[in-house]
Amino acid sequence: TFDKILIANRGEIACRVIKTCQKMGIKSVAVHSDVDASAVHVKMADEAVCVGPAPTSKSYLNMDAIMDAIRSTGAQAVHPGYGFLSENKEFAKRLAAEGVTFIGPDTHAIMAMGDKIESKLIAKAAKVNTIPGFDGVVETADDAVKIAQQIGYPVMIKASAGGGGKGMRIAWNDEETREGFRFSSQEAASSFGDDRLLIEKYIDNPRHIEIQVLADKHGNALWLNERECSIQRRNQKVVEEAPSTFLDSVTRRAMGEQAVQLAKAVQYSSAGTVEFLVDSKKNFYFLEMNTRLQVEHPITECITGLDLVEQMIRVAKGYKLLHKQEDIPINGWAIESRVYAEDPYKSFGLPSIGRLSQYQEPLNLSNVRVDSGIQEGSDISIYYDPMISKLVTYGATRAEALSKMEDALDNYVIRGVTHNIPLLREIITHPRFISGDISTNFLPEVYPDGFKGHQLEVGNRRELLASAAALYITAQLRSQKVLGNLRKTCWRLILQTSTVEVDGGKVEVSGQWNLASTLLPLTINGTDRMLQFKVRVLSKLAAELNSYMPEKVAEDTSSILRSPMPGSVVAVSVKPGDTVAEGQEICVIEAMKMQNSLTAAKQAKVKKVHCKPGETVGEGDLLVELE
Amino acid sequence: HPAFLLPDCRRYSVGHLSVKERIDMKRKAALVGGGQKRIDAQHKRGKLTARERVELLLDPESFVESDMFVEHRCSDFGMEQDRNKFPGDSVVTGRGRINGRLVYVFSQDFTVFGGSLSGAHAQKICKIMDQAMTVGAPVIGLNDSGGARIQEGVESLAGYADIFLRNVLASGVVPQISLIMGPCAGGAVYSPALTDFTFMVKDTSYLFITGPDVVKSVTNEDVTQEELGGAKTHTTVSGVAHHAFENDVDALLNMREFFNFLPLSNQDPSPIRACHDPSDRLVTSLDTIVPFETTKAYDMLDIIHAIVDERDFFEIMPSYAKNIVVGFARMNGRTVGIVGNQPKVASGCLDINSSVKGARFVRFCDAFNIPIITFVDVPGFLPGTAQEYGGIIRHGAKLLYAFAEATVPKITIITRKAYGGAYDVMSSKHLRGDVNYAWPSAEVAVMGAKGAVQIIFRGKENQAEAEAEYVEKFANPFPAAVRGFVDDIIEPATTRKKICRDLEVLASKKQVNPWKKHANIPL
Repeated sequence: TFDKILIANRGEIACRVIKTCQKMGIKSVAVHSDVDASAVHVKMADEAVCVGPAPTSKSYLNMDAIMDAIRSTGAQAVHPGYGFLSENKEFAKRLAAEGVTFIGPDTHAIMAMGDKIESKLIAKAAKVNTIPGFDGVVETADDAVKIAQQIGYPVMIKASAGGGGKGMRIAWNDEETREGFRFSSQEAASSFGDDRLLIEKYIDNPRHIEIQVLADKHGNALWLNERECSIQRRNQKVVEEAPSTFLDSVTRRAMGEQAVQLAKAVQYSSAGTVEFLVDSKKNFYFLEMNTRLQVEHPITECITGLDLVEQMIRVAKGYKLLHKQEDIPINGWAIESRVYAEDPYKSFGLPSIGRLSQYQEPLNLSNVRVDSGIQEGSDISIYYDPMISKLVTYGATRAEALSKMEDALDNYVIRGVTHNIPLLREIITHPRFISGDISTNFLPEVYPDGFKGHQLEVGNRRELLASAAALYITAQLRSQKVLGNLRKTCWRLILQTSTVEVDGGKVEVSGQWNLASTLLPLTINGTDRMLQFKVRVLSKLAAELNSYMPEKVAEDTSSILRSPMPGSVVAVSVKPGDTVAEGQEICVIEAMKMQNSLTAAKQAKVKKVHCKPGETVGEGDLLVELE
Repeated sequence: HPAFLLPDCRRYSVGHLSVKERIDMKRKAALVGGGQKRIDAQHKRGKLTARERVELLLDPESFVESDMFVEHRCSDFGMEQDRNKFPGDSVVTGRGRINGRLVYVFSQDFTVFGGSLSGAHAQKICKIMDQAMTVGAPVIGLNDSGGARIQEGVESLAGYADIFLRNVLASGVVPQISLIMGPCAGGAVYSPALTDFTFMVKDTSYLFITGPDVVKSVTNEDVTQEELGGAKTHTTVSGVAHHAFENDVDALLNMREFFNFLPLSNQDPSPIRACHDPSDRLVTSLDTIVPFETTKAYDMLDIIHAIVDERDFFEIMPSYAKNIVVGFARMNGRTVGIVGNQPKVASGCLDINSSVKGARFVRFCDAFNIPIITFVDVPGFLPGTAQEYGGIIRHGAKLLYAFAEATVPKITIITRKAYGGAYDVMSSKHLRGDVNYAWPSAEVAVMGAKGAVQIIFRGKENQAEAEAEYVEKFANPFPAAVRGFVDDIIEPATTRKKICRDLEVLASKKQVNPWKKHANIPL
């Protein structure tokens, strides 16, 4: 194929592409920003070129610098990964102008699928199911009922000018349609000064299921089965699996064939993804097509045995597809958890930054794949996506893959940043998830008040207490093992197996007690467990005396506003002397592509403002003081 | 006397109690100190009693008390009355074990006359200090005292002086630790000040020469106890205390951990504890820790945590003069003292406070046979009138002095900058460094490129080119390595392994300074 490929990306996806390049004997060129100079993808690549300073607009999105890098290294092709320039038609054009191959679809496909309205029209024309709706304005309640009947219930009546849920009604029958029409138009009029309404099919409890397609430049296209990506937060996927528990072979085939029809309609070549919403009755509707390699592609690779990057490179070079549709299997089950540097206790994940002081991937386990672009000592910075890795587990059955995922999460060591492993573990062990009863609303439905961490059952609690106690005694015993110190110890037991009594119940704990290890493999009451501890244990005496210790008075947080995460200040809406109402916006912090509005906890006068727009702030930094 | 003829214990009785009954009664009285009411008050203040503290500090049932029957000897102001006599007086003393290792302890009892120091109280403390010196074991003082026993007058002052003298004589012989767990004011403060380490409990302990009232009347300053001499003041501003803990329990449990690092005396080697962390562990994260830009900061603590056993680092003075990091850790089980410039704070430069902080720590390590590992990233001494007027010359000399006189194993790692006189100071080869390493990112030079070029090539047209030439020549470890001023240039990942191996070799190091009555460190 090619002799040299430049990867216009960073992090795990750059590493992922380089791996396939190495496998195929292709030289790889990494590009990097100055802060990424010692990043893993730079080390892995045969060559590396710095393309600018940390902000992505000046480095990874800097087409001029990347074009220069291509010229100076003589790369024949560019793999864009995902994000950054992967769906940028301008970039694809510039590459074409210089005779460099873009490893992805042709420009026209990127353009056609990049526009929401146009892509929907093309999809419709290609006989792909789209969300049925009435494209015009609904005049009267009778019209509304007529249209609703045509579309089929349930329907959604929404304001043409709408947004934020205002003027939106779901109707399941004619009567509700009339009522909804009346309310919605009133609400729309008062909220937006525009009472025009639209009606479209309401997708109840939708699942997000997508079809991986692969097409060559010779008019051949395959569907590589589906990926279930319903577990999302803020429209970002968290846990994905392939195949989906929800699809039967008929639906799967129908979705696959429609996806291929669409790919063919736009003369698609390379790997792409057609996203669908699927309702509870297995009706599916086209959402959009992503003309790139998806983040969650590894699970498709697991069940089909194909290397998608390799296929993309072959297709880009002009080779025909090697496989036929009937060659595409579903072998076993694969699950992917996106491990993020973020605090899952704050709206299912607010970015966290820091240095990975300790980092150990669970690669000691079989059937575990970790796609990452970082290593121990790496910095998770505010400049880039906070994803640490994609943890993929595989099994002959879903249950096997899930149980492997549980093990893998338990064996994953991440220190130095807050991470979302507690949430991931909670999701994959939740009865609803296990039974496959999921939708895009899973997280808000299961945790209406936000994620509060694992709720320990009595048995678990006992086991943890027993393990902590045994660990404590190990540490105490070790403290007495000082060279040349011959005094007998007051602890009499030699700890290999110990029986710990907790609240009257007996717990057997045994294991290898290595106090230097971050992972503590224990056998608790006969069950093998992997523990990671950060624990403070008090002796009985210390605990008794501790009760005399005064509670430290916590800082009054209602009159100070601290940054909930590291980021940059986008706007400060108040100045000293202003009076703010409870809930009024005080300032906006942006971190990793996300804007967060911070509000006043009470009505008060602004005493002091400690930040200004454009400033970088750390987690817990004081922003504004109220009186 | 007829009583001697009858071996009946009742014959010894005074009044209506037998001696045995009196012993029991006195012991019982000693155990409750100033009585339940005062104990309750002590608890209400968020403080433990003197005995609870001792019990928590020492291994269970290891405490051997002395002088439980000692009473004060004051007969003025009604002090001679029985109700003003408390067996043991206002301090609990004795010896015990911490993780099996011998320690002498005194714990002042605030429930008895506010823990005030009587002649008897001082005598009890002196007795255990003498014993500690005789057998070679550390002394831990738990301070909670209102000050001198005013009723005793000069007797009390004499008591302080007796303790001070012993503090000085014991200095460098056995480790001395003070834990301030209540008030400690006036002359009393000098005993902790003379010991090796002073730790405080947040919110409940105070150290000052004169309290807020006197301050107000003399200087007309309004200041609270907490601002004047609280834990925060002394750990961040004055540098009097070495660490502050959340509460009594936290402090005492931390004392146990801290004690584990210390040798029992200057005759004992640095302790070696069983170690689960492989001594040849490669620390790959260190290969990328030093940023490419020489002006960019990184956290020296990240390096220290990654290299030492189990990331266990007991930092001394973590909130004071933060441009230098000092503390105890273990390498392959053996206690070491760590000194490191902190690039994150003031670029890691040396100034008055950091020099004094570093010097005192180095001298402790040297006194007690604890090897010193020094991580160097220092751009030089801090310039400015404040520093010069403050005497940076004589204070900076302390750190230089301390490193130079130290005869314990000294291992130095230059991680990045080692500029100017500060290079010499930071345990350089020239000050008898046993093993001096440089990381590939090291640059040993008189100064940074910009400044150097301005001097060498003054008036020359192409400064940028000259700077590049200087960087090429000097901003790397070679100038030092070719002269043998560093023994080797090592991959950062191998640092732990190399230090552990060197410490094994240096365990038998013997080096003696010329005989002197005592040296004369610039104070």
